[in-house]
Amino acid sequence: MKRLLAALLLVAACSCGGQDEQQRLTVFAAASLSESFPALGALYEKAHPETDVVFSFAGSQSLVAQVLQGAPADVLVTADEATVQAAAGELAGAPVVLARNRLALITEPGNPLGLRALDDLARPDVQVVLAGPTVPVGRAARAALEKAGVSVEPVSEEPDVKAVVQRVRLGEADAGIAYATDLAAAKGEVDGVALPGVSNTCSGGVLRSSEQPGAAGAFLDLARSPEGQRLLESYGFLPPA
Amino acid sequence: MRRTPGALAAAALLALVLLVLPLVALLLRTPWTRLPELLGQERVRDALLLSLRCSLGALALSVLLGVPLAWLLARSRFPGRRLLRGLVTVPLVLPPVVGGVALLLAFGRRGLLGPLLVQGGAVPAFTSYGVVLAETFVALPFLVLTVEGALAGLDPRHEETAGTLGARPLRVFLTVTLPLVGPSVAAGAALAWARALGEFGATITFAGSLPGTTQTLPLSVYALLAEDPPAAYALSAVLLVVSVGLVLALRTRLPR
Repeated sequence: MKRLLAALLLVAACSCGGQDEQQRLTVFAAASLSESFPALGALYEKAHPETDVVFSFAGSQSLVAQVLQGAPADVLVTADEATVQAAAGELAGAPVVLARNRLALITEPGNPLGLRALDDLARPDVQVVLAGPTVPVGRAARAALEKAGVSVEPVSEEPDVKAVVQRVRLGEADAGIAYATDLAAAKGEVDGVALPGVSNTCSGGVLRSSEQPGAAGAFLDLARSPEGQRLLESYGFLPPA
Repeated sequence: MRRTPGALAAAALLALVLLVLPLVALLLRTPWTRLPELLGQERVRDALLLSLRCSLGALALSVLLGVPLAWLLARSRFPGRRLLRGLVTVPLVLPPVVGGVALLLAFGRRGLLGPLLVQGGAVPAFTSYGVVLAETFVALPFLVLTVEGALAGLDPRHEETAGTLGARPLRVFLTVTLPLVGPSVAAGAALAWARALGEFGATITFAGSLPGTTQTLPLSVYALLAEDPPAAYALSAVLLVVSVGLVLALRTRLPR
């Protein structure tokens, strides 16, 4: 019985992971950075072998909600101005712009329905998914649709941009609006066209609650360095204005 | 009363804190005074009504399909029965999001039955029917297992008597068996309804999330947590109150 108890306690202790002396830098980043930021993290780890960079990717609005609830993270990078401003009180300084992004119309491979522009999304035979209205890409998509005078009834409102791409990739929806970088990342599994005009800026900052603001700042500096910018550009991001 | 060993009492107390404290915290943070206003918002009202409609639909499906399945498992003797019973319990322990993926692969546009459903013009993904399907998938086993247990424990003589008096099997089932296991059907139905009402993972994966169409209460809580936390707390409190009500109903109304 005692042994069983000891074993249970051991399991409970291990399952929460006792870390060794490796430093851990936790980065909360918008879902649209799911491909580029791990590469950036690897770059950072190469320069700072004592640090493990771990990422939590989600819709920016969720990340901000988590940060406002006191989630322990060092860096927050969101996909638009509104979300980063919502978290401004938790940031150690003014947010910095790391990159800009364009919207893209995402369709199934081969684009069987011949969708080429926003107007096409209003066709009644087209099932469109958008991100929710508080998700940066959902907000930008709605703004773009409104500007184009196109009215679209989405069949689902997804919590982040990757979920939008996923619906189209699985063939559950005919089209969606995501970022140009997502289109590039899912090349071969979806088709689509980048839409003209810059839509959103990826901005971020060091969180006030971070216990390693130096390392957190260094990560953001790397993203803004020529090397970091080249890397982000290779994923389809545009440089900060 | 016997003395409880201190270590056990301490662990038990810890368990209680773990279970009860979060609920207390939720009730403390619920903006009770704003409750009518928050629950009156169109979006919240839509979620409430949708949840009610879909969960009752799932409940009806669970009873209509689940009672016969329970009967089959309890009364019929055929090879593979134990395997079948095992299969029925799988959705109980399966992570709901996996259930959603599986539903997508079966009933999605590109799923196993996809071409058939597309042809019939009845693709459930992104519709309220999809929500009912997802909720039934997770709720049905609760009903089946509860009713099957009751059927297995039933004294077969009542049914045999009715049979020897000339009643056909279906009539025996409807007039003798069903009334005898009535309380268990009710208990199973309550559990199934609670599970359907709380369904999240399978629903968002399979049916998507659209206010008024597929965004049920739990999905709405999830979306609102990022947009309007007080509204999310209010909805959570509503779900908590419903759950407590169900527990009370199950304790007082039904035989142990």
